[in-house]
Amino acid sequence: MTAAIQVNSVSKRYGSVLALDNVDLAIERGEFFGLLGPNGAGKTTLISIIAGLVRANSGRVAIMGHDVVDDFRAARLSVGVVPQELAFDPFFTVRETLTFQSGYFGLQENGAWIDEVLENLGLTAKAATNTRALSGGMKRRLLVAQALVHKPPVIVLDEPTAGVDVELRQTLWAFIRRLNREGHTIVLTTHYLEEAQALCERIAMLKAGRIVALDTTRALLGRIAGLQLTLRPLGSPPASVLAHKIEERDGLLTLRLAQAADVGRVLADCAAAGCGVEDLEVGRADLEDVFLQLVADQPSAAMSAGARA
Amino acid sequence: MSAVPLEAKTVPAATSSRAVAFRTLLTKEMLRFWKVSFQTIAAPVLTAVLYLLVFGQVLAEHVEAFPGVSYAAFLIPGLVMMSVLQNAFANSSSSLIQSKIMGSLVFILLPPFSHWQLFGAYVLASMVRGLVVGLGVFVVAVWFGPPGFKAPHWILVFVLLGSAMLGSLGVIAGIWADKFDQLAAFQNFVVMPATFLSGVFYSVHGLPPFWQGVSHLNPFFYMIDGFRYGFFAQSDVSPWLSLVIVVVALLLTAAVALRMLARGYKLRN
Repeated sequence: MTAAIQVNSVSKRYGSVLALDNVDLAIERGEFFGLLGPNGAGKTTLISIIAGLVRANSGRVAIMGHDVVDDFRAARLSVGVVPQELAFDPFFTVRETLTFQSGYFGLQENGAWIDEVLENLGLTAKAATNTRALSGGMKRRLLVAQALVHKPPVIVLDEPTAGVDVELRQTLWAFIRRLNREGHTIVLTTHYLEEAQALCERIAMLKAGRIVALDTTRALLGRIAGLQLTLRPLGSPPASVLAHKIEERDGLLTLRLAQAADVGRVLADCAAAGCGVEDLEVGRADLEDVFLQLVADQPSAAMSAGARA
Repeated sequence: MSAVPLEAKTVPAATSSRAVAFRTLLTKEMLRFWKVSFQTIAAPVLTAVLYLLVFGQVLAEHVEAFPGVSYAAFLIPGLVMMSVLQNAFANSSSSLIQSKIMGSLVFILLPPFSHWQLFGAYVLASMVRGLVVGLGVFVVAVWFGPPGFKAPHWILVFVLLGSAMLGSLGVIAGIWADKFDQLAAFQNFVVMPATFLSGVFYSVHGLPPFWQGVSHLNPFFYMIDGFRYGFFAQSDVSPWLSLVIVVVALLLTAAVALRMLARGYKLRN
């Protein structure tokens, strides 16, 4: 079976800036995929090329096996894109906007599905409201609805929760998860790393136009070994404890430990050295740690899970 | 990762109709100006009627363009055509620049429209706006002196070709311009002078030879002259010559606009 999205050797240059540098990526059908990276890494450029909004200088992209340039009709029918910019057409109401968008994809009599989308995104009460009168969050919901009118098998969301309240985020993710369970492929970029960590099965990290990491979320988290232990020593900890040190700030010592059993050993060593301990906190590495490490490191170093830069 | 991808609940491509897509975009483009018709239809009609009142009165005794045709009667087809052309241009160009600046053009670029469909919908909507305004000007103007309908098929030919050509030119300008003032420059420094200096208010036969020659380089002159022939069966040049020149101008602007749309010039980059 062909991939939901197949990206082959795609490069894109804007003047002297290389926005995408020979990117290869395959997103399988049914995946919930995250595309992460700092601002300017090339996420939106990649999504725009997938959506047909931008043409690549070289390389090819296919959606559900359809080339986005040569077979653009089938490709664009297969993908729904939620753009990052809050755009709207000020001449029309919410329902008119969705009916037009549905018509643009060649669909008539699509009212039942439009109703379902409105309901699931909490837009039913606003159906007759002019888009100009919508709040920012409501406009964002409408953008999501517009991307879904043609029931695309692949759904791409570029920063869908930027500037959106908690309630909408919950509603939105519940609906997107349902669509994913029903077989839709989801591709997501977000600045909220905890969202990506909670939702995405697999993640690609982009930096300066290149993919610097591509793995399952679990494996990426596994790259940052073990636990973080933060404590406030009431004396000088022994050398065996300081060997695990990541940082020391405001009297708080942060250690990286391989496993839970090491926590006991650290506390025992401290006690043996006559160094009391306060304010104990144990945390697990999260996507933010992986992200920061990858973004800070050189691409080559980033591939091996090493010490923090 | 879900072990076995389920069959997505999606719309098969076969149920997507190109005709529905085209009709929807055309309808939306027409509703866009219709919803603000006070500004897009009533205002240009009023402007044309003011021209008719002022020039028709002031110049009535001084100018006889064609033998046996009053100046007001002569002026009416010129004003009608000028309104048709300016509004056809305004429709496609302002729709494109507005949606480009508002960012809502993305909703047109994401669906699977071909460049022919985009071109067709924008130009047809422009033609409809031009015709509606032209008809409005005509209905009001007829009170001042009804012109004849000596050769109505020429009226139809020139109003359709002329509005299509200006609709195409509007597509070009709307895609090219990045800002409203660039579009305004195009409108004020190209479209306005070309329509004004095309014999709307006078017969170019009354001009010195040099300016007659200049007028004959202006495609708008042929649109208005040919259109006027339909009313009086009299014109400055043969309607067949005008037809050839207007068709060539239309093919040229259409080719440029289609190429811009096909390559995604300033739209997909």
